[in-house]
Amino acid sequence: MDDTIIRTENLHHSYAASEDELEIEVLHGIDLHVKQGSFVGILGHNGSGKSTLAKHFNAVLLPDVGKVWVSGMDTSSEENTLDIRRTVGMVFQNPDNQIVANVVEEDVAFAPENLGYPTEEIRKRVDDALKAVDMYDMRTHAPHLLSGGQKQRIAIAGVIAMRPRCIVLDEPTAMLDPYGRREVIETIRVLNKVFGITVILITHHMGEVTRADRVIVMDEGRVYMDGTPAEIFSQVEKLRSVHLDAPPTVALLYELRKEGLNVPLDALEPEDCAAVIGALIKHKA
Amino acid sequence: MAPIIKTEQLTHIYSKGTPFEHLALDAVDFSAERGEFLGIIGQTGSGKSTLIQHLNGLLKPDSGRVLFEGQDIWQSKVFNNSVRFKVGLVFQYPEYQLFEETVFKDISFGPKNMGLKPAEIEERVYEAADFVGLGEDILKKSPFDLSGGERRRAAIAGVIAMRPEVLILDEPTAGLDPFGRMNLMKNIRNYHEKNGATVILVTHNMEEIAREADRMIVLSDGRISLSGTPEEIFARAEQLESMRLEVPDITKVFLELRRLGVNVPRSVYTIEQAKKAILNREGGSLFA
Repeated sequence: MDDTIIRTENLHHSYAASEDELEIEVLHGIDLHVKQGSFVGILGHNGSGKSTLAKHFNAVLLPDVGKVWVSGMDTSSEENTLDIRRTVGMVFQNPDNQIVANVVEEDVAFAPENLGYPTEEIRKRVDDALKAVDMYDMRTHAPHLLSGGQKQRIAIAGVIAMRPRCIVLDEPTAMLDPYGRREVIETIRVLNKVFGITVILITHHMGEVTRADRVIVMDEGRVYMDGTPAEIFSQVEKLRSVHLDAPPTVALLYELRKEGLNVPLDALEPEDCAAVIGALIKHKA
Repeated sequence: MAPIIKTEQLTHIYSKGTPFEHLALDAVDFSAERGEFLGIIGQTGSGKSTLIQHLNGLLKPDSGRVLFEGQDIWQSKVFNNSVRFKVGLVFQYPEYQLFEETVFKDISFGPKNMGLKPAEIEERVYEAADFVGLGEDILKKSPFDLSGGERRRAAIAGVIAMRPEVLILDEPTAGLDPFGRMNLMKNIRNYHEKNGATVILVTHNMEEIAREADRMIVLSDGRISLSGTPEEIFARAEQLESMRLEVPDITKVFLELRRLGVNVPRSVYTIEQAKKAILNREGGSLFA
């Protein structure tokens, strides 16, 4: 059986910038296959179309031209929408905009309740979801008193309670401090590696996707680069040409290469970068 | 020379007298020198936003004083109002504050409230728009027809138009892409250099502080726990990590190098420094 969870074919999308203006096309024919269980990072300058693309993955937006399939279901068929939304959940940037209840576990129960599941089923899903994001101990707390990172984990739990096969996160750490960011990214990593949930992460923080399976770079409504993190982040000039940048580790190695030192550019993590530089220094000493 | 802005034993308590009472600032002695570029870091909830809202009189101290050029900003209503224009505060996600029919009108809001004449207001609007890199064609548009990045810049222009002597920015690059971040920081640096303005930058982006700040303070639980140059602060990685903060990635690389037994300086925090340190390593050139 095909293990593609999301597929787009010649996906075009337009919107009108303002009332009296002509429509602007923001996605120019995207062809994409996302494998079930993979961790995919999507990068791109603001305005590149990445959020617009992500919103097609759970039928928040529908294609103007082309098609999108989620688990084989055509997103343009209204009869599929509920199942699609159960299969792919979305988490957005602002934690405060995603909380609806006064008690953590009630907020997480929101979706299962609306779907009319029996009480025991809701209870089990809420508990499982909260444990998956390591917030079970806070289940009776008030969400608005939590830190940003904790709120985002509650938002993720709310999505997990639907037992989706895939979660799409649109810059979920933009409003968080470094610790909150680490908490959320670690939670996402566990969901992907331990629970096998497909993760699609849109971000401007390169460090969040250095361990992804795949990184897609969008530019002006098109897929510009597509490969492993090592393949993508080592192409420093190409990234800079589309208003992105390599992670500081790669940027440093790139500078050393320009000085004539023979260093690889795919040591993304600080420890790996240090190992490369350490070996270089010790070798020459 | 006296600092341009300082606090003496500044204390702020939220929800005083209720079960949610929270001591946000605990007898803080803060100061910023005229013309310096100061960075403030701290975990969410450490008191950063509370502190900066005291610096332009948006919040009133529960105890302690806030002084602008040596004078208590609460000494009189007149002085308090004047401080609002001399200390410009840009909140996080400032684009949410845009409200006028045109970008021009929105940017002119501050100067208008300063009682300036139309000709001077116009000059200030063009100057401020230029500082943030907004073209003149943008000025006649509605703020709501702009892109997110343009709106961000329009909001910042609205504060710069008051020509504040102290410009405080709370995470100005949050949510921007790398190019947008670089451009905005360039504009802020430009304002700092051209006007000799004091800039206070609150950020979670360690790379930004490393590049721009002359001096840094670290807030933790409503107190200043560390203060010094970026070099001094980023040398204390374990302490920062225990406060749930981070060091720049380059610093992490160098800490790891030291752990591997390579003799490199501890307080390296920019790519330029790193490159120099590696190429000029004591004990021999790498090209031997």
